[in-house]
Amino acid sequence: MSATAAMEVNAEARRILAVSISKLYASRTQRGGLRLHRSLLLSLVMRSARDIYHSSREIEAQLADAEPMEAGSCSWDQMESSESQSEQTTAEPAVEEPDCSEKEFDGESTEDKENQSPARQSRKRRGKVSAAPDFLPSKRARLEPGEERYAAMLGSCRAGAVESLTALSLNRVIPAF
Amino acid sequence: MAGPGGDMQWCFSQVKGAIDDDVAEADIISTVEFNHTGELLATGDKGGRVVIFQQEIENKSQPQFRSEYNVYSTFQSHEPEFDYLKSLEIEEKINKIRWLPQKNAAQFLLSTNDKTIKLWKISERDKRPEGYNLKEEDGRYKDPNTITSLRVPVLIPMDLMVEASPRRVFANAHTYHINSISVNSDEETYLSADDLRINLWNLEITDRSFNIVDIKPANMEELTEVITAAEFHPHQCNTFVYSSSKGTIRLCDMRASALCDKHSKLFEEPEDPSNRSFFSEIISSISDVKFSHNGRYMMTRDYLSVKIWDLNMENRPVETHQVHEYLRSKLCSLYENDCIFDKFECCWNGNDSVVMTGSYNNFFRMFDRGQRRDVTLEASRENSKPMQVLKPRKVCAGGKRKKDEISVDSLDFNKKILHTAWHPQDNIIAVATTNNLYIFQDKVN
Repeated sequence: MSATAAMEVNAEARRILAVSISKLYASRTQRGGLRLHRSLLLSLVMRSARDIYHSSREIEAQLADAEPMEAGSCSWDQMESSESQSEQTTAEPAVEEPDCSEKEFDGESTEDKENQSPARQSRKRRGKVSAAPDFLPSKRARLEPGEERYAAMLGSCRAGAVESLTALSLNRVIPAF
Repeated sequence: MAGPGGDMQWCFSQVKGAIDDDVAEADIISTVEFNHTGELLATGDKGGRVVIFQQEIENKSQPQFRSEYNVYSTFQSHEPEFDYLKSLEIEEKINKIRWLPQKNAAQFLLSTNDKTIKLWKISERDKRPEGYNLKEEDGRYKDPNTITSLRVPVLIPMDLMVEASPRRVFANAHTYHINSISVNSDEETYLSADDLRINLWNLEITDRSFNIVDIKPANMEELTEVITAAEFHPHQCNTFVYSSSKGTIRLCDMRASALCDKHSKLFEEPEDPSNRSFFSEIISSISDVKFSHNGRYMMTRDYLSVKIWDLNMENRPVETHQVHEYLRSKLCSLYENDCIFDKFECCWNGNDSVVMTGSYNNFFRMFDRGQRRDVTLEASRENSKPMQVLKPRKVCAGGKRKKDEISVDSLDFNKKILHTAWHPQDNIIAVATTNNLYIFQDKVN
């Protein structure tokens, strides 16, 4: 795959991810409650898009660096992809605090290495790759006053927690049901 | 009832519903179903109403006209509800209607929304009793001391009144959204399916149901597929199938065990790797499954195609029909405008020789299995003069657009035909656009 093709795939994957996230958000206010089937399909698309985004970024990174890379950064790539794999397979509690889930989405959580690594890599990369995926909010996002109220609402409907969506990370979309 | 040799032609017969373009959401048709004789045609809508049309007795003096369908009964089947525990609204939209075979003078149907199934009795009243001497004209009872003789009331004819009354309410058995109901050939039981479970009911018993399929994983994070449709075999009362969002169909035998999690047969076609895209999973999700009338085949509908399976062959369908393959390159836009999530239904004709399904731009497609031919027709007000023959339509996928062809980019994706039904014995079809019901019949020469 050429560098431009990789970049196009990258941009497409990011766009699809952004669209999917906005659909997931919108489905919270849908009449009749969250639809399990639809949410499952959305999360599958997001997962594909995320995987393709990462693999195309890796390709981009490999193509961008003509000169030999330091051993450290190579292994960081591998660590990052293997960590996102293990994240998916780790069993996590089905019900969780709403403010915890907001942080997860915002990328603040320490176990979410995906959002930490780009910043690290860019220092070594001579700034060719953007520091962080721009479809995600900044890592330092705080709960805005409006979101605070929303998180409180989520907390109040948590009982039974069958169908209210409390998290947006891919692993946690479905356990919210 | 096979069509004459050569092309069958379809004519407009009737259209039901409001004419204006401003569609009220409650009027959106959500299900269409003929009864077992085809005399009655039921529709359900988003507002929770059921409208039943009845075909008038055939007019023998004018054989070129089949009789028209007129409104027979209208009733509010489901109301919006609120689940206080989960703080969720339960939509009143009718997801499915299924008729029971007729056993006496009354007609029975099952209608369901997301959570509750109801059995409705539709009965006719054309006589009323008169001549009571115990009551006054206004209904007040007379003083018993004034009554000196006993008079038996007489039944006198009256204007036909059709009454619908709910006979059973099957509630609180589904955590997830009900997508299918299917009456068993034993005429005593029926199944209801939601995203993760299928329950078996006895038509007489409302406070209990048996769970026969449960695909909910212990850890919801491991969820990879949901149930999208389910149906009983038309003749074998122990057999049913259910389809999944992964494009598989499982056939289950209720004699094997109480919980039918282990399938008897698994129907799955390996994916064509050259067609892989972001959206492969969404478009392979099966939106409808229907047994053929003879019980030897079943048909599945996914986003782009209709597949016909022989029940004796699990590894691939015997026929695949492309409904609108030209949409494959547009999946990204269809994802953005949500059309990729549309759930199209499909149906068989009475002798299983032709199958039909809907598409966009108010187009619907028929595939003649015997003659290996397909046709695209349109349900529109422009083609709605009485007995007007429908002209086949063609979509131009790319390149030079011929005259009378419509290009993919001109298709109206808001005009979708999701629900169609075929008369069980005759060449009469009911096609639902957003808020109108079109009835077409084949041209009788």
